[in-house]
Amino acid sequence: MKPELLQLILPSTWESLYMTLISAALAYIAGLPLGILLVVTDKNGIRPLPTLNAVLGTLVNLLRSVPFLILFIALRYVTSAIVGKAYGARAVIVALFVAAAPFIARMVESSLKEVDPGVIEASQSMGANTMQIICKVLLPEARASLLVGAAISITTILGYSAMAGIVGGGGLGAVAINYGYYRNETAMMWIMIVILVAIVQVFQEVGLYLSRMVDKRIR
Amino acid sequence: MESANEIIRIEGLNKTFHTKDGDVVALDDIHLEIAQGEIFGIIGLSGAGKSTLVRCMNLLEQPTAGRVFFDGQELSELGRKELNEKRHSIGMIFQSFNLLMQRTALQNICFPLELVGTPKAEAKKRARELLALVNLEEKENSYPAQLSGGQKQRVAIARALATNPKVLLCDEATSALDPNTTRGVLALLKDINQKLGVTIVVITHEMSVIEEICSRVAILDHSHIVELGRVEDIFVKPQSQIARHLLFPAGKKKFKFGSGGRCLRIVFDGLSSYEPVLSSMVLECGYPVNILFADTRDIDGKAMGQIVVELPDEEKAVHRMYAYLNTQGIRFEEVKDL
Repeated sequence: MKPELLQLILPSTWESLYMTLISAALAYIAGLPLGILLVVTDKNGIRPLPTLNAVLGTLVNLLRSVPFLILFIALRYVTSAIVGKAYGARAVIVALFVAAAPFIARMVESSLKEVDPGVIEASQSMGANTMQIICKVLLPEARASLLVGAAISITTILGYSAMAGIVGGGGLGAVAINYGYYRNETAMMWIMIVILVAIVQVFQEVGLYLSRMVDKRIR
Repeated sequence: MESANEIIRIEGLNKTFHTKDGDVVALDDIHLEIAQGEIFGIIGLSGAGKSTLVRCMNLLEQPTAGRVFFDGQELSELGRKELNEKRHSIGMIFQSFNLLMQRTALQNICFPLELVGTPKAEAKKRARELLALVNLEEKENSYPAQLSGGQKQRVAIARALATNPKVLLCDEATSALDPNTTRGVLALLKDINQKLGVTIVVITHEMSVIEEICSRVAILDHSHIVELGRVEDIFVKPQSQIARHLLFPAGKKKFKFGSGGRCLRIVFDGLSSYEPVLSSMVLECGYPVNILFADTRDIDGKAMGQIVVELPDEEKAVHRMYAYLNTQGIRFEEVKDL
């Protein structure tokens, strides 16, 4: 393999991973509590707060319904205010965070809703308070599903990050678009595609493996 | 506070569910007192409101009206935090066990202790004691998925007892178990009641469960308590249609009752059933009878049971049989429709 090629592939792979993992981590910081809130404040939840639930639900739906590319463009002034410029990997992270947090909130919500209501009722009968139910029942009982959700979320974010290549984001997507589309160097584009596919596979498999590892329901 | 030894008292309880198809009254005007140390049964068909009633005892279900006292304290007067504290003295087990699936048996039993902030080592020690109590020492590291139904319920019982509750509420605790396992779990509950003095409230739709362990029973039908009293009394002389129905499970009603013939229900109250009452009656009176239903079992060490026979057509024979049973001091009643 030519060294120039390697010099192109390695930094852009790193950049993609960096954008994806940083924004996934940030999005989980916001999305996990948001998902928990959506479950807890549901009308059948452990602390029903219908108004708050409706507001949060609507917010999540609004953000989820804006296509990522458009969101990235729409946020460009916010982005430059935060990171100083509206292009490049760090700018993409801001948009990825905004797009991924509500997505993750919904993933977390659906994982937590899989927890048997009977188990929650049992813990209430034992005098568990809301915080204890969240920390000792909901999250641990849903951990297998949460891990699968994390794998799906990360691969989705990776896909978004590649898309941002077309509007000046960095990483593998940018290389694929610049070479494959603007310069018509198809081979380069295919290399990037293969790398992207490989990364998705790795995240997916690792996620599923971890999920199986921690799940004590299957024996 | 009227009676020193009552642990649960329910006054004028009503629970109405507001659904989009209108209001559904689950419980209406329920009055109930459960004494410290007894095993109290609540029986009814599905939909009678019994699960709702037991959930009102620890306020998992908020009553629409009425008052629920636990140990002299009205529960609905308590704040959220105080209620959670009270709940540490009210254990509960469920039909579907409701164990934490991602925790081992031992960790499940530690769970309520974690809630009250018991130090880890101490909690583990207590959990091991409880595992011994329910005969599952060797399963401490097993996950619920690796346990049988009976074992899961034993873990659930151990978990419910971890915080030394005064009352153990059992919501259809044996309904998902086969008859043998049910007997084992019931024996364990009885044992716990005797050893630890824990008051037990049993919700079931099976009369056999009530007969096996309860001292008193309330029969719930269409949101009301229709009968309440000692199990033996209700067993011997059921007053309500629903009590009869529960005593003769529909599945056993194989025979179509005679061609307009009358039936006699003979009750064994624990004294007479080892004597061949029925044979003696037939020999004495000289008329044969047709046995339609028979069911005897050991309740509290006494043989209890009932036999339903179809009476002969001759009035004379019927009179003789009644006279015979009267002289023998055997309880009986004529029944038409079960």
